[in-house]
Amino acid sequence: MSSSSSSSTHPSDQGDLFTRIETELFNVLKTEGFISNSGDWARNHQWEHNDLLVGVLKSYEAWGVVLLDTIEQRSVVLTEDGNEILKNGSPEVRIFNAIPQDGVNQKEFDKQIKASLGDLTVKLGFAEAMKKKWIKIEKETGKLLRTVPSVEDDTRAQLEDLSCLNESGVQALRRRKLVHDAVFKTFSVKRGPKFTPNWRKPIADITPEMLASGSWRDEQFKDYNFQAMGSLTAGGHLHPLMKVRAEFREIFLELGFEEMFTSRYVESSFWNFDSLFQPQQHPARDAHDTFFLINPALAPENSVPRDYLESVKQMHETGGFGSVGYRYDWKEEEARKNILRTHTTAISSRMLYQLAQDYKKTGVFTPKKYFSIDRVFRNETLDATHLAEFHQIEGLIADRNITLPHLIGIISQFFHRLGIYDIRFKPAYNPYTEPSMEIFGFHPILQKWVELGNSGMFRPEMLLPMGLPEDVRVIAWGLGMERPTMIKYKIPNIRDIFGPRIDLDFVKKNPLALMEIRKD
Amino acid sequence: MPKVDVKRDLFFNEVGRHYTKDEFEHQCFEYGIELDDVTSEREQIKRETGELKENASDEVLYKIEVPANRYDLLCLEGLSTALKVFNNREGTATLPNYHLAPNANPLRLIIDKSVKDVRPVCVAAVLRNVQFNQQRYDSFIDLQEKLHQNICRRRALVSIGTHDLSTISSPFTYSAEKPEHIKFVPLSNNKEFNAVELFEHFHTTNSHLKKYTSIIKDFPVYPVIRDSKGVILSLPPIINGEHSKITLHTKDIFIEVTATDYTKAHIVLNTIVAMFSKYCAEQWSVEPVEIVDIDGKVSVTPNFTPTIQNASVSYINSALGLKLTPEEILVLLRRMSLPSVIVDDEKDNKSKAIRVTVPITRSDILHACDIVEDVAIAYGYNNLVPSLPPTNTVGRQQPLNKVCDLLRTEIAMAGYTEVLTFALCSLDDNFKNLNRPDDGNAVLISNPKTAEFQCGRASLLSGVLKSVSANKGVPLPLKLFEIGDTFGLDQKTDVLASNQRRICALYCSSTGSGFEVIHGLLDRIMLLLRITRSVGESKERTYEIKPLDDPAFFPGRSVGVFVNGKKIGGLGVVHPLVLQKHEIPFPCSALELEITLPLAY
Repeated sequence: MSSSSSSSTHPSDQGDLFTRIETELFNVLKTEGFISNSGDWARNHQWEHNDLLVGVLKSYEAWGVVLLDTIEQRSVVLTEDGNEILKNGSPEVRIFNAIPQDGVNQKEFDKQIKASLGDLTVKLGFAEAMKKKWIKIEKETGKLLRTVPSVEDDTRAQLEDLSCLNESGVQALRRRKLVHDAVFKTFSVKRGPKFTPNWRKPIADITPEMLASGSWRDEQFKDYNFQAMGSLTAGGHLHPLMKVRAEFREIFLELGFEEMFTSRYVESSFWNFDSLFQPQQHPARDAHDTFFLINPALAPENSVPRDYLESVKQMHETGGFGSVGYRYDWKEEEARKNILRTHTTAISSRMLYQLAQDYKKTGVFTPKKYFSIDRVFRNETLDATHLAEFHQIEGLIADRNITLPHLIGIISQFFHRLGIYDIRFKPAYNPYTEPSMEIFGFHPILQKWVELGNSGMFRPEMLLPMGLPEDVRVIAWGLGMERPTMIKYKIPNIRDIFGPRIDLDFVKKNPLALMEIRKD
Repeated sequence: MPKVDVKRDLFFNEVGRHYTKDEFEHQCFEYGIELDDVTSEREQIKRETGELKENASDEVLYKIEVPANRYDLLCLEGLSTALKVFNNREGTATLPNYHLAPNANPLRLIIDKSVKDVRPVCVAAVLRNVQFNQQRYDSFIDLQEKLHQNICRRRALVSIGTHDLSTISSPFTYSAEKPEHIKFVPLSNNKEFNAVELFEHFHTTNSHLKKYTSIIKDFPVYPVIRDSKGVILSLPPIINGEHSKITLHTKDIFIEVTATDYTKAHIVLNTIVAMFSKYCAEQWSVEPVEIVDIDGKVSVTPNFTPTIQNASVSYINSALGLKLTPEEILVLLRRMSLPSVIVDDEKDNKSKAIRVTVPITRSDILHACDIVEDVAIAYGYNNLVPSLPPTNTVGRQQPLNKVCDLLRTEIAMAGYTEVLTFALCSLDDNFKNLNRPDDGNAVLISNPKTAEFQCGRASLLSGVLKSVSANKGVPLPLKLFEIGDTFGLDQKTDVLASNQRRICALYCSSTGSGFEVIHGLLDRIMLLLRITRSVGESKERTYEIKPLDDPAFFPGRSVGVFVNGKKIGGLGVVHPLVLQKHEIPFPCSALELEITLPLAY
């Protein structure tokens, strides 16, 4: 690299330049002890002053090697328009020069000259040239004529050397916005308290070379700013809602629950409602609440084993197993309507049916603890806390002679692991559970009682048509995943934790999803 | 859940106890209802209209939420009776003795066969010598409205008409007639309309009754009830006639209930007569009406034949984990307004069972499990002692979920940030915005509320691109991924649709499209799945990528990913038109693969 141009931005050139400035600075301070004006000094060495030299001086001031005193110098400098005139001449002269010796048709001239000089220059120059009576318009022909043979560009001459002007001359240029006042800050430089003839620059960081040569012993190191943040870590991030999901999964697995296969968003009304003994006129089966489908609109005719379908139909219409039933005309067509599942209980129903088939085949009933966490769909009116889809968490236990206190016990265990210790149960209505209980808890973050979820024992009208033994009872509970997550992270709008509009910064800065708030 | 407005002081008087608000809320919690709001007539008017009404009442109103299957709690009368009995802890409170008081000359209602296809069911009853005052009258009207909105499913299933019996005469007929022939002065009007004109009138005046017209509008004939002189009582399920209107001075009330569902018609009729026979001169008495059905068969309504529900003591105790004596259970059930006696257990004559005579107000009781719940409520859910279930099982994850969770962590470690986008999208999101043709394979929703959710997502790419679009300010390069289910039609399943588990990852940068970056992630995923790069031939557990056009990707920069020769997905430089549709100003590359268990194991 041989270039010595100070305007070069090549890093190594810049480095060389710094070194030269620093060397020169130390020479001057050693020999003369001071620099009276950094502006003059920069000009003498042809260094740029404001960005380059001042930068170097400021760092030496920070190290205490030099002391700087500000010198303010006011001066008059050209504006952009002023520079333009200096370069191309004043508008009136340019207009004058553009008119040929024997004149020109005004309209034609206007068109041409505006194209080459621009509207504003033409307007200003024309007015000024007319005022100075350099040009005129012949009334009869409309011809534009010079009235003097040649003109002097006084304005340009003035701008070329502002120092020749007196104050009123400068003021006239100021009014024309060709010059303005500028303040130059330069510095006087003298030795600072830390100056020594062989002072060395503090070093930013330790290098392998220093380690190899041992020169780190002689070096001075820069102070660190411990108040600054460290650099951002690399790597990706898991989604907060999925982190919360992992916590819930872990709780179920720790409690010995087996995960159900829930990758099945489309369900028939049969599995979502009818098999759960939810009557066909139930409001939840309205188009207001449930997404029905155009395609695939109906489940095939024999998608449900005929004997099971018949026993479900009979249970709705006339009852059985000690139930009076709902006493209405149950329609198979209605049960075949496909929907987007409104709850994962549709899957629970399939699992329990399977369990009953295993029992029928083997004569052995195997107790089960099942769980799932997956999406469900509701045709909701969307607002800050409702989306058309959300994650449902569901747990159930199927065993002989299981009791309501067992349900209360397992739910309490579940919520203790979420840091909620005070749990109360409220009687509620749910078409497929009896008894039904709403779960309330005293929330450690909200510091108040809130509804946490729903629970109950599945009705015999649901279990017995499947073929489960009469003493097998199923206890279950469910809750949404979004709400506890929103409470945990204090997010009021559900769209800020789920969906494509989520802020990635929230994902990146999200802490561990430890749900439990330990008391000790 | 339905909400009932009651005047607090009057309500507390009827319950026989004056609560503080906290005490009442506690009582509600234990009983399974909820104090939703405390307000007044003045406040309600202000809230609804924003205006202050001078003469509105400041009397405290309680808005109470009741369970959706307890129609007997839908008015002050039923709710206060239920709580009064519940509060009698000894179980000695007198229960209403609903009974029929037949008339020597019974009223008669004849159902004509013309109603068969429109609204085939009609039942009726009479309340004699009712003592109305303004509050009782309001409650009577309000209960009908509450029933209409709930069990009657906005009148589609059942609707109620109540009439001043002194203005009409038996026998009544229930028939269906041509709309033009149904001419009468409707309630709260002074002009005569035929049914066609009336429906037009509702539409032009934007009446609140407009929404009910669709229930019968498309039938050639409309149901109508007339008296012996042809006077029109009502045009069910829309409106009653002005002629037989109930007033504060009405003594004898004729109640007709029309329906498409026989069971629900009975429940509604029983609820009304049970609640308001309280104000009859002979309390709890109801005069039956003879109904002549289409085949000329005569029956009597309302039907007070009691339903008997047996629950063995051992079943109750076993379900609740308690050791209650039969006598204790009787007391608990009586507090729930369920009269019961102790009998021998049919299945085990050494044990006892509880025989409950289910009152006409408790249509929610279908099975012994409903008895168990009432015992539990009276005992107190929160008095039950929790215990862990003895069920001994082992925990197990779904293998596919486990694989995907492991992959999610690995992909995040590779620098990709997880997004979680919606499984529902617009049809354009699925196809047009990805530059892909509609293959007709998407699961289509028939009743979407917004264009945002018209169908099931066929790929994850659209959601990930939207996430980029919503995060334009973040520093580049941006690396995103999602693992989730897409869904589409599938003839092989029992609902003709199925889910597919997929991975989508995207790289977005200002300096280049980054095909090699996404390709690198593919190589990494394959390494994690122990699938090696195929050289030349496709062997077991090998993968290869081959040029394959996908309109979502830039031509020549689009490949398919094949494992054991079978396509599992693709990757490529996202097509500029797709980026434009998502308003993304930077080049992107993306990968989408289907993950199945055989890939991992």
